[in-house]
Amino acid sequence: MIRVTDVIKRYSSEVAIGPVDLTIEPGGIIALVGPNGAGKSTLLTMMGRLLGMDGGSISIAGHDVARTPSRELATIVSILRQENHFITRLTVRQLVGFGRFPYSQGRLTPADEQIIDRAISFLDLTGLEGRYLDELSGGQRQRAYVAMVLAQDTEYVLLDEPLNNLDMRHSVAMMRHLHDAAHTLGRTIVIVLHDINFACQYADRLCAMKDGRVVAFGTPEEIMTSEVLTDVFETTVEVIDGPRGRLAVYY
Amino acid sequence: MADVLSRPAPARPADAPASGPLPTVAARRRYTVVVVVLAAMALGFGFGLLAWANPMPVGSLGFWRIAELRATNLVTMGVVALCQAVATVSFQTVTTNRILTPSIMGFEALYAAIQTTAVYVLGVTGIIALQGLPQFVLQVVVMVAFSALLYGWLLTGRFGNLQIMLLIGIILGGGLRSVSSFMQRLLTPSEFDVLTARLFGNVSNADPQYLLVGVPVALVVSGVLYLRSHRLNVLALGRETSLNLGVNHRRELITVLVLVSILMAISTALVGPLTFLGFLVATLSYQLADTYDHRLIFPVAALTGFVVLSGAYFVMNHVFRAEGVVSVIIELVGGTVFLFVIVRKGRL
Repeated sequence: MIRVTDVIKRYSSEVAIGPVDLTIEPGGIIALVGPNGAGKSTLLTMMGRLLGMDGGSISIAGHDVARTPSRELATIVSILRQENHFITRLTVRQLVGFGRFPYSQGRLTPADEQIIDRAISFLDLTGLEGRYLDELSGGQRQRAYVAMVLAQDTEYVLLDEPLNNLDMRHSVAMMRHLHDAAHTLGRTIVIVLHDINFACQYADRLCAMKDGRVVAFGTPEEIMTSEVLTDVFETTVEVIDGPRGRLAVYY
Repeated sequence: MADVLSRPAPARPADAPASGPLPTVAARRRYTVVVVVLAAMALGFGFGLLAWANPMPVGSLGFWRIAELRATNLVTMGVVALCQAVATVSFQTVTTNRILTPSIMGFEALYAAIQTTAVYVLGVTGIIALQGLPQFVLQVVVMVAFSALLYGWLLTGRFGNLQIMLLIGIILGGGLRSVSSFMQRLLTPSEFDVLTARLFGNVSNADPQYLLVGVPVALVVSGVLYLRSHRLNVLALGRETSLNLGVNHRRELITVLVLVSILMAISTALVGPLTFLGFLVATLSYQLADTYDHRLIFPVAALTGFVVLSGAYFVMNHVFRAEGVVSVIIELVGGTVFLFVIVRKGRL
């Protein structure tokens, strides 16, 4: 369970996130949605202890993220940001191997190698495992990063806009992989998404944020209504029934 | 949760790329060849420096007497190469920047300021006042303290920002340099002449007794950094990925930077500034080692450093018959090799 209590982050005297209170039960995909500047990524990076809080506390599976040693937390929660640029040149397999660092401290055992194998095949990267990251397309590279956090084998996975820069086909493939990971591997995946229709289709719960606060939290059926979305995004949104569920029309 | 990825994995073919630092058989072979060639070159230049133009026949008692006199310089080169190589590679890793070198943090400017101040205040005798083991140790301590203060203040305080720290390091270095050059304007020509000789990196600046302290400290600090290789591999992925993988980023960063400052201080206090050497050696060794793993990069870097330094001295002393300013050769040859490698490979 992720428990966020009275969390505040102040950027300046006018701009602040929170106070945010939120309880996320384990299991499934939880999508953070909302307009730009709502504080979705800020909240996610605070959950992943990449950013300090100015007030409140966050605990993940009973561990306070501010006080638990980073090494211990790395076996419970993993986080992937949007921008990943490395100075070292790595192959896909080497990158995924880094996901085992919290357990192996750099000395990979045969058991680690097996987990790396499975993470690579889970994201259909087996044919690419010897390739260097700078030889991959954006979508393949994104999959390699996700494979790394899956190899980290944490119960909670936090992803910041993993669909950024992906085309339709790769976005769908990525969401299917994540859906599989959540349901067949039993992970809890918290994900920042921009596309509300993607969120509705693949997420199990939606958390709508606006002006640094959580304004609605519930199942896609509860959130995907014209009233809620129009209020959250401050633009007229109509929700219609599509062939595979509800669709938000806002253009 | 330990085994949620419990589906059986497909069997791996024997020649499949491994997760290790050198993924293929060809890469492993290439690395071995690189190390052997570098070691052979290091031995060749080392022996050349001892034996070339040695008037006594090789192996005779007189030969070893003369070689022994030259051996001090050779040991100094070894220490300097080790310090510069390990320090620069570690510094570039933790700053995730392959263009900066630790000299940017103002070590060389501080060294120049200390030397200039001594001459400015005490005259030519000032240079002599700075010679001796206690003075050497004191210079190292001052330089390390200076950088530790800078890191400690800038990385733990309100700023907590690597970029700001680097910027302030550059500005302080620039300030120290201009203060030194101002004092240099006020020196007499003969004092200036004596000072200039100290401000060019030169292996013969090192007194043999400095090595008694310099060698063990350099070996221990390099060893500590070598043992932290796995963590350095993760730090190279940047702050966020390191934190995600459970590395206490700020603590590691400060530890490595302090270790780097000890190495740089020893090298600078031994022989003076060698601005370009570390950058050149680090850049070349990334190309030569071609791996992310610091366990493999460090040995290649140290060997490359020794080959570059001893090679430059060999060429300087025995081809051009010019003693002294070896940094000219390092920068000329090194710069050319560097450009060649970049143009050939098309990436850093």
